[in-house]
Amino acid sequence: MYCSCCFSLPNSSGFSVATMNGQLKKCHIAITSFIDSCSPFLIPSSLSPSLCDSSHNLDSLPIVAVEMIHSLFLINHSGDIFLEKHWKSVIGRSVCDYFFEAKEKAAEPEDVPPVLQTPHHYLISIYRDRLFFLSVIQTEAPPLFVIEFLHRVVETFQDYFGECSETVIKDNVVTVYELLEEMLDNGFPLATESNILKEMIRPPTILRTMVNTLTGTSNFEERLPSGQLSTIPWRRSGVKYTNNEAYFDVIEEIDAIVDKSGTTVCAEIQGVIEACVKLTGMPDLTLSFMNPRLLDDVSFHPCVRFKRWEAERVLSFIPPDGNFTLMSYHVNAQNLVAIPVYVKQNISFFESGSGGRLDLTAGPKQTMGKTVEGLVITVHMPKAVLSASLTATQGSYTYDPATKVLVWDIGRLNPQKLPNLRGSLSLQAGAPKPEDNPSINIALKIQQLAISGLKVNRLDMYGEKYKPFKGVKYVTKAGKFQVRT
Amino acid sequence: MTPMQKLLQLPVNAVNMVKTVQNQVQGFQEEDKSPVLSPDGAHQAWYSALQPDELRHLRSGGSGGGGGGGHNSEERAPLEEGGGGGGGQTQPLRHDDLKEMLDSNKDSLKLEAMKRIVAMIARGKNTSDLFPAVVKNVACKNIEVKKLVYVYLVRYAEEQQDLALLSISTFQRGLKDPNQLIRASALRVLSSIRVTIIVPIMMLAIKEAASDMSPYVRKTAAHAIPKLYSLDPEQKDQLIEVIEKLLADKTTLVAGSVVMAFEEVCPERIDLIHKNYRKLCNLLVDVEEWGQVVIINMLTRYARTQFLNPNLNECLLEEGGESTFYGSDADQDEDEDEDKKDEALSKRKPYVMDPDHRLLLRNTKPLLQSRNAAVVMAVAQLYFHLAPKAEVGVIAKALVRLLRSHSEVQYVVLQNVATMTIKRRGMFEPYLKSFYIRSTDPTQIKVLKLEVLTNLASETNISTILREFQTYIKSMDKDFVAATIQAIGRCATHIGEVRDTCLNGLVQLLSNRDELVVAESVVVIKKLLQMQPEKHSDIIKHMAKLTDNIQVPMARASILWLIGEYCEHVPKIAPDVLRKMAKTFTNEEDIVKLQIINLAAKLYLTNSKQTKLLTQYVLNLAKYDQNYDIRDRARFIRQLIVPTDKCGALSKYAKKLILALKPAPILESPFKDRDHFQLGSLSHLLNTKAGGYQELPDWPQDAPDPSVRNVEVPEWTKCSSREKRKEKKVEKPFYSDSEGESGPTESADSESDSASSSASGSEQSGSGSEESEESEERSDSDEEEEEEEEEAKKRKTQKKEPIEAVQQSESEQSSEEEVKKRKVSIPPPRNVSESESDDDDSPSDSSQDSESEDSESEAEVKKKKKITPPKAPTKPVKKEGKKEKKEMSLLDFDDFEPTPSPQVTPVGNFLSSSLVTDLEGLSLTDTVLSPATISPSGSLKSYELLHRITGEGLWVEYCFSRQPFLPDPHMVAVQIQFTNSAATEAKSLRLEEAKLQSGMRVKEFPEIEVLPAGESATVVMGVDFCDSTQAANLQLCTHSRKFFVSIQPPVGELMTPSFMTENEFKKEQGQLMGMNEITEKMQLPERCQNEHAIVQRVIAAANLSRVPCGSDKECSSPAPPPPGPPVHRFAGRTVTSGSLVLVTVATKESGPSQLTINCEKMVIGTMLVKDILLALTQ
Repeated sequence: MYCSCCFSLPNSSGFSVATMNGQLKKCHIAITSFIDSCSPFLIPSSLSPSLCDSSHNLDSLPIVAVEMIHSLFLINHSGDIFLEKHWKSVIGRSVCDYFFEAKEKAAEPEDVPPVLQTPHHYLISIYRDRLFFLSVIQTEAPPLFVIEFLHRVVETFQDYFGECSETVIKDNVVTVYELLEEMLDNGFPLATESNILKEMIRPPTILRTMVNTLTGTSNFEERLPSGQLSTIPWRRSGVKYTNNEAYFDVIEEIDAIVDKSGTTVCAEIQGVIEACVKLTGMPDLTLSFMNPRLLDDVSFHPCVRFKRWEAERVLSFIPPDGNFTLMSYHVNAQNLVAIPVYVKQNISFFESGSGGRLDLTAGPKQTMGKTVEGLVITVHMPKAVLSASLTATQGSYTYDPATKVLVWDIGRLNPQKLPNLRGSLSLQAGAPKPEDNPSINIALKIQQLAISGLKVNRLDMYGEKYKPFKGVKYVTKAGKFQVRT
Repeated sequence: MTPMQKLLQLPVNAVNMVKTVQNQVQGFQEEDKSPVLSPDGAHQAWYSALQPDELRHLRSGGSGGGGGGGHNSEERAPLEEGGGGGGGQTQPLRHDDLKEMLDSNKDSLKLEAMKRIVAMIARGKNTSDLFPAVVKNVACKNIEVKKLVYVYLVRYAEEQQDLALLSISTFQRGLKDPNQLIRASALRVLSSIRVTIIVPIMMLAIKEAASDMSPYVRKTAAHAIPKLYSLDPEQKDQLIEVIEKLLADKTTLVAGSVVMAFEEVCPERIDLIHKNYRKLCNLLVDVEEWGQVVIINMLTRYARTQFLNPNLNECLLEEGGESTFYGSDADQDEDEDEDKKDEALSKRKPYVMDPDHRLLLRNTKPLLQSRNAAVVMAVAQLYFHLAPKAEVGVIAKALVRLLRSHSEVQYVVLQNVATMTIKRRGMFEPYLKSFYIRSTDPTQIKVLKLEVLTNLASETNISTILREFQTYIKSMDKDFVAATIQAIGRCATHIGEVRDTCLNGLVQLLSNRDELVVAESVVVIKKLLQMQPEKHSDIIKHMAKLTDNIQVPMARASILWLIGEYCEHVPKIAPDVLRKMAKTFTNEEDIVKLQIINLAAKLYLTNSKQTKLLTQYVLNLAKYDQNYDIRDRARFIRQLIVPTDKCGALSKYAKKLILALKPAPILESPFKDRDHFQLGSLSHLLNTKAGGYQELPDWPQDAPDPSVRNVEVPEWTKCSSREKRKEKKVEKPFYSDSEGESGPTESADSESDSASSSASGSEQSGSGSEESEESEERSDSDEEEEEEEEEAKKRKTQKKEPIEAVQQSESEQSSEEEVKKRKVSIPPPRNVSESESDDDDSPSDSSQDSESEDSESEAEVKKKKKITPPKAPTKPVKKEGKKEKKEMSLLDFDDFEPTPSPQVTPVGNFLSSSLVTDLEGLSLTDTVLSPATISPSGSLKSYELLHRITGEGLWVEYCFSRQPFLPDPHMVAVQIQFTNSAATEAKSLRLEEAKLQSGMRVKEFPEIEVLPAGESATVVMGVDFCDSTQAANLQLCTHSRKFFVSIQPPVGELMTPSFMTENEFKKEQGQLMGMNEITEKMQLPERCQNEHAIVQRVIAAANLSRVPCGSDKECSSPAPPPPGPPVHRFAGRTVTSGSLVLVTVATKESGPSQLTINCEKMVIGTMLVKDILLALTQ
């Protein structure tokens, strides 16, 4: 919501020198007019000094070989290898066959074991955004180390290109390659902080691509980055903004299991503070809470000074530039968790005949006076269920007969008129009455409420003179919120 | 590529861009499109432009625009198509245009070409034929091009070694570049080119980079080490030297990388870590995440070799408790036993954690809060393997937190948690609910969570867990249901109370509609019934009925086995089951067939009347079965149970054999005993040893010498200096002047202590050294007191040790007491010049005005006497026999004569760091006694360290005492004599390290608190010169001044005498030929001819010992010149590395004599030749 400065363009390659052709000129015109037409949108963020500033940095230098992580293969959902990168000698694609074999066996992509052993290698893979990131290692290495690194790679791609999909990676293959080169040296992570990487390899943005086209320069500048050597590894030096702003989102998720009768089996609150900090220079921030005692277990971005947290329960940090996750926390288990909604459900299958009935009603429980929005109820039906003919008093429902998932999108929950979904289910002819019960998953959102009651007290800034604009937002969401039937 | 073509590229891009823009910005109208923009040009990057489809599209666009271009591309298109389909096939034509682009002098064209090539590499296509064209551009000015060329080069250099060599000079130039980034990148690329021929160049580059100014370049050097090692393992020794050097580096940037290199190259060289251990612990928090993981894993292994098991005591205590309990009514024997145990207990009981062990635990704990799962896991395994039982609990919370992460992370974490729960169930019990399973979890996660839940089950929570399990049984995921049933079975075997409940529940499942569920239940019930079959014959009956329905082989087999095993409980049903089975025998699976045979055999033995024929029938069927196992089994059973004439012997025992009582199976977690693998490792996850896995060593029986980790300042000095600082803060008004003098440490300290909100960037990550100190400070100050307590405890426990130790500890304690006392009473303000450290003031103070003494303990007085030797010619106290002797000798040094025995060196004076060293040092003395006997009788040459005039009256000389330096055998003992010729007394004389050459180490002498006017004092310090004659630059501090001084060792002092026989000498000499041998001819002067003179002069020039063989013996040796001239041999070893130094002086009656030196270290050899030559000829 805050930042939109990185409109990504599927092509990072930059444009070659443009000249003297009629078509090209037209093209230029198109681009210029585009700038004109959309400048009102772009100026606040994209043309802000920060962007211009960030653009003098150039990627450094390159290359290398690997020990810990030997090779990386990117594999799409249907099992094609569409990118490979080797840090040491080349390992043939055939090594992936072991992986494909395991993938065949697994019912769902998530069920593929993350660690596989082959005669000569070990394959460690992650599945994200419908892509497999498969790394090959040859010797002992902490598996979490590799897994965590792969996730970091995905996050870097998302950061650079806005999303991490096969198309985007293919379109930006050179940038991707350079990123991988920079992130690993000899199989050992070298630069994984996005701030540093962005100094070395600049993410593709519309504006720059256009500027490059117009001026005929490449995507990169001749200046070497200083970031690698900055004393603070997560913040680049020389940050400048005209509007200095710092926003913090306190996002809490309720993880709960509610049983058939409506009693809570287990419930806990996990929270995360996402920050978007755009401040000039080297600000030193201190964030304090009204009720820090609520926080039971915390983990921090490396920028947070742990000693001060231990001693004073305040977050003291020099923030990275841009978006980052400041901390994540777990709320003390002693506190009772308020469950904002309830679902009355009655799903039954007839003993004889091929059919069943479904009756769902959702209602507010403990919402602290706020409105529940974005309420979505997902039901995973037994395999035998062929179709559903239902009527919803509010929202709409879809049933996917392939995945056997019923989704009921309710939207805003109106306490006066409780939404209800009822109707009949039809089963496969001749199939016995399903033994197993579907489970119901709930997604919801409550604005301006941290369900744990956590409140930010104040944010102080030291080290810089100007007065920043500060903002805090609270959101509560349902995490893994499940109702058993 | 022609310009035309390039132009053709552009419209595609433009389409793209505009398209995207359209998507984002509404209101942008179609009219604005140029004619080139084809309507269907969705997302085509130049990457996809290589695809035939897009090319066709491009072509149409192109031909619409410019005629020439269209024509051109039309020609090319079919070729492209072939390329697209052909995969790895090479297209000479296409590559030709890439070559053309690469050869052009426009950077933009080159860049375009390189990008295309990199894209091809990314898709796994072979572009090796472009190598010559690409490698030319390695020197390209454009950094972007260069970078892509590097990518290419690293990929193909191995295949095209000859051509790759062309690029080497570019990198070599880069290594000298003033820009650190360029240096670093040059090294990165150079070391990534896997061409054996350049190994020496790489080696040189790494060595150079390892001492680069820039920490970033040093980091790159550390990265390059494993690369070179994998290319040529023969370089190991040299690389280890580099690693050793880099390990000493103080920057956080380097730490992680060098430890990684250490782990790859020489994980067995744990000794390299000793000196860096504390530094690594203290730096850890500020190292980047990935480095943290590697360092923590390495330190886990290190700690396992160096410290004692913190939980050992607990085990013993438990045992001890038991024995007293039973001992009360036991006989003498057991009493003795108990005594023994008590003895063992008392021996073990005073377990005090090594402060270094504590340091590690303390400094890793905050990292549990890391956002990086790998770091959290690393800390968790460290705690699991190293921490005392009571402290391990802290990791549970952090691990449970990781369960919120991605499913792959969950998978690994749960595996480790499963292993942990077997050993430390209590740790995770509070988090039981966090392991509850959601229907949306992937199956593998579900199964692991189930495993954890099962491990956590106990009498108290079993009902909750079983209720949870009941819901799982209804799950749609059948694999998971099967696992749940297994889990219930396991709970039932472990917890007796619920066995019947579980059994009943499982029996109910037998009527489940899903066959898999039933089958799994059968298998589990079978196992449970085995525990108490007699109670459950109705269940067996029930199961017998199931044989009609259940088709799953394993379940059928289980039922048959049950019936056979307990056929006496179901005497009526069993034969009937066999009858049915006999009918279907041929259609059964193999395992079922085997069980049918078993059942038949058992029935035959118990109830042969009814089943004889059936058994015969079954065995006959089996005889002709396809499977040889079944045929074998049938043959075997027949011979066994059917009595024949031939083999009657065995059949007598048939009943015993077949109907023997079988022990009930123990249902165990598959994670049992997995903890012998280091948790968090790949090997642990796979439960097999992965290549390169380093075994986690067992705790040592006795802790190795902890003093090996001592660096610089001994512990107590550190303590007191810290106290000092604290005090200073309190008394700031008095000492504000000295505050500035004390340098960066102080300021950092005060900053962190006061936790000033103005703490700026420097606090987080200042320059390396400052940071390290600070972080040390941070962590130390917190638990300082705890540490002190621990130390005190330790001292108490060691009181039984020899007397010296006690005294030592007493004096230490007293010094602490002193400090504490002074904390309370504010000392009278003194003049500022004395304020340097007021810890030092007080003893001098007290010696001046005796009034203050009455408040101080006796021990303190003793200590003072010891420390201020000039004022302490007191009579030895009875207890202090030995110590006083030392003191006396200390005084003797005033008029220095070479001491007859090394024992007299003032050992006690600087060995205060730890008692263990102290004791070891004393024992060492006795063994090292001998070499000194040959030390030259002449007095030692002394050198001036500080001239009387520059020193303002303080005159310092030093000489090499040639005694082994006991605290560290790799150091040269340097004896320093202070003479105070000024009118006033000098206070707090001490040495500080200034700029030492890398690798050099200094062990300072304890501070001389007061040196009254006209007095002199002698101390001994140790210097590790690293076998070089480079001077050790030090700072000599007094209370008021600092002097820069340097100690320059003559090469002869860098060695210690080594004893060997003539034969050994010759053998060793034979191995040090060639380059290692230096021979010089010389003319000995008259007075130097005789043996005595030669020996004396050589020994005066170098600290060597003579090889005991007379020249007379030499004469009788069967060497070719029979009456050989007298030969004198001397042997020694260099102090630091212990390389042999062999000196041979062969005199000849006529003609020049010959001096030969054999030494591995050529520099030392050459220098030594010069020195000895000089000594002999002058």
